[in-house]
Amino acid sequence: MLEIRNLVVQIEDNRILNGLNLTVHDGEVAAIMGPNGSGKSTLSYVIAGKEDYEVLDGEIVLDGQNLLEMEPDQRAAAGVFLAFQYPLEIPGVGTMTFLKAALNAQRKARGEPELTTPELMKRVNAVGEKLEISRDFLKRALNVGFSGGEKKRMEILQMALLEPKFCILDETDSGLDIDALRIVSEGVNALRSPDRSFLVITHYQRLLNHIVPDTVHVMSSGRIVRSGGKELALELEANGYADYRQQAEAA
Amino acid sequence: MADITIMKTPAETGLAQLFESLKGSLPGDLSVRETAMAGFAERGLPHRRIEEFKYTDLRALLREAAPFAEKPGSAELAVAFNHAKAFTGLAAARLTIVNGHVATELSEATAFPAGVEVASMNEALARGHALLGWLGAVEAARGNPVYELNTAFMADGAVIRIPAGTAVEQPLHLRFVNSGSQAFATATRVLVVVEEGASVTVLESHEGPDGLACQPNDVIEFVVGDRARVRHVRLNAEGRDALALSTLTARLGAEVSFNTINVVSGAQVSRHQVFVTFAGENSTARIDGANLLRGRQHADATLLVDHAVPHCTSRELYKTVIDDEATGIFQGKIIVRPDAQKTDGGMKSDALLLSERATMNNKPELEIFADDVVCGHGATCGALDEDLLFYLRSRGLPAAEAESLLLQAFLGQAVETVENEAVHDALVEVVEGWLQARH
Repeated sequence: MLEIRNLVVQIEDNRILNGLNLTVHDGEVAAIMGPNGSGKSTLSYVIAGKEDYEVLDGEIVLDGQNLLEMEPDQRAAAGVFLAFQYPLEIPGVGTMTFLKAALNAQRKARGEPELTTPELMKRVNAVGEKLEISRDFLKRALNVGFSGGEKKRMEILQMALLEPKFCILDETDSGLDIDALRIVSEGVNALRSPDRSFLVITHYQRLLNHIVPDTVHVMSSGRIVRSGGKELALELEANGYADYRQQAEAA
Repeated sequence: MADITIMKTPAETGLAQLFESLKGSLPGDLSVRETAMAGFAERGLPHRRIEEFKYTDLRALLREAAPFAEKPGSAELAVAFNHAKAFTGLAAARLTIVNGHVATELSEATAFPAGVEVASMNEALARGHALLGWLGAVEAARGNPVYELNTAFMADGAVIRIPAGTAVEQPLHLRFVNSGSQAFATATRVLVVVEEGASVTVLESHEGPDGLACQPNDVIEFVVGDRARVRHVRLNAEGRDALALSTLTARLGAEVSFNTINVVSGAQVSRHQVFVTFAGENSTARIDGANLLRGRQHADATLLVDHAVPHCTSRELYKTVIDDEATGIFQGKIIVRPDAQKTDGGMKSDALLLSERATMNNKPELEIFADDVVCGHGATCGALDEDLLFYLRSRGLPAAEAESLLLQAFLGQAVETVENEAVHDALVEVVEGWLQARH
């Protein structure tokens, strides 16, 4: 599915990623854990195509397509989805207007017919119900006046609607209470499938109790310093990141 | 001691000559025109050292005074009609004004409820219409040079009276069209007297072809009685070579609700002046605007809201989008008189610059002489938010579409103050059309 080789990235002369390698297979849920400042969010933005970052070396390949040569919207149409850590409020843009514009832009890019409003409404309402998003929210401007938890649920709603094949969850658990964490996790789990992969970025083991990963990777100073199965997350929770910080500094 | 002679510009000399040659044929009381012309002649065209005209130097911008347009014949009217596109899809009673003269042939003033009175300003002036005493009801406008020129030269327009208690459902559409190939000037005056408890929606559209160097000077004056309700929507879709000056005055009685919005997409140079005076308590006014500028367009919005009495509320919201080398100007002033306690005034001007060479001048001012008021102003000026653009693009929207969606949302905040759904939708179409032409 996704292959990242020797990725080197800087922002304003600040090296953030230092030769990062990562492979995520079809249907795999890969968790990335690591201390603050290790480059986790940068990795998610670089995969999605944010322009502030300068890629000095390496490549990111999604099913044979070189993502680094594509615009953010082309990456989205190719199946990349980033659930933002801090979803943005867009005053004046109605949620339904936005959802329709996004879905149809992707369908158009893939040469698929556009969805009509009633078809879209049906899909949105079905997904919204599962995520316990009230229909009132869909009538408002996108994310405006939403609580942190509501914004995260709206991200998952977009993910379910857009049906991407590679989903990145950037600290989706931050700012969620126990109930919201459960709803969001169930929403994600419902989307797990053999042809859809996930990159779950988190500080804490807590989220991984709900979204059980296939693999866990530890990131430090801009590279993956250890990979293992789901038990690695428990070990980190018990021992913290101190060992990896030292390891990275020594290297 | 040497005598000081103030040099007149060719345009100032031209205007004086035009007045001399036209004054015998202009309708109505000549002394009013002469007083206005004398006032204008004393100070001349306003320039950048006059604070109100700091960003719109008419002495530099108006190089030559074009002759005033003659009343068009039927062949010219037919050509003009092709330029009239705005609000055509709306059910409305229409009064069409071509090159500054009412064209009864093109008017559809059939749908007025009984009692609503519409007369051409030309006839009203010639016959001494009873309502003419309301002209110049807002004192602050009277010494304004653009207004003075209009008073000196006004040739036609309309006098409209909405009788007490009458609710006019269908909008009244004043359709101004300029048409021709040679440069010309116009001076129109519309007086709308909305009596106690009456309500009306007035639409104005101003259109003309690109390439026509016309110089319209349009004034509309509202005199609003107690408990009356007025909605006014103005669209400047003049051709790209027009120099369009416009003034709106409103004198508001008690418990009035008055909303006006000016949407500008046309004209090379435009200046829209608004003078609103609260003369009765517990009234509310909204003065909004959306300016869509590209190329080397220059659009000035200068507002003066005078809280002369207590307990009134005013809101101004201006949204300006500026591309290429265009220039936007917002000058808003709220005056709160010593007695005008409990005034609630708020003014905001936001501009988005889409190009590095775009310019915005924001100048909000408050002059407060009362001590128990709530007043505020804000102005912003910046580029489209890169993070918002990335968010939209990460969801699959191509860059151009993401930009359009954000611009539409930005302008929409001003346009959404228009409650009439059909009129609102017509304005959204103007915005969409402008955005589509960008790419």
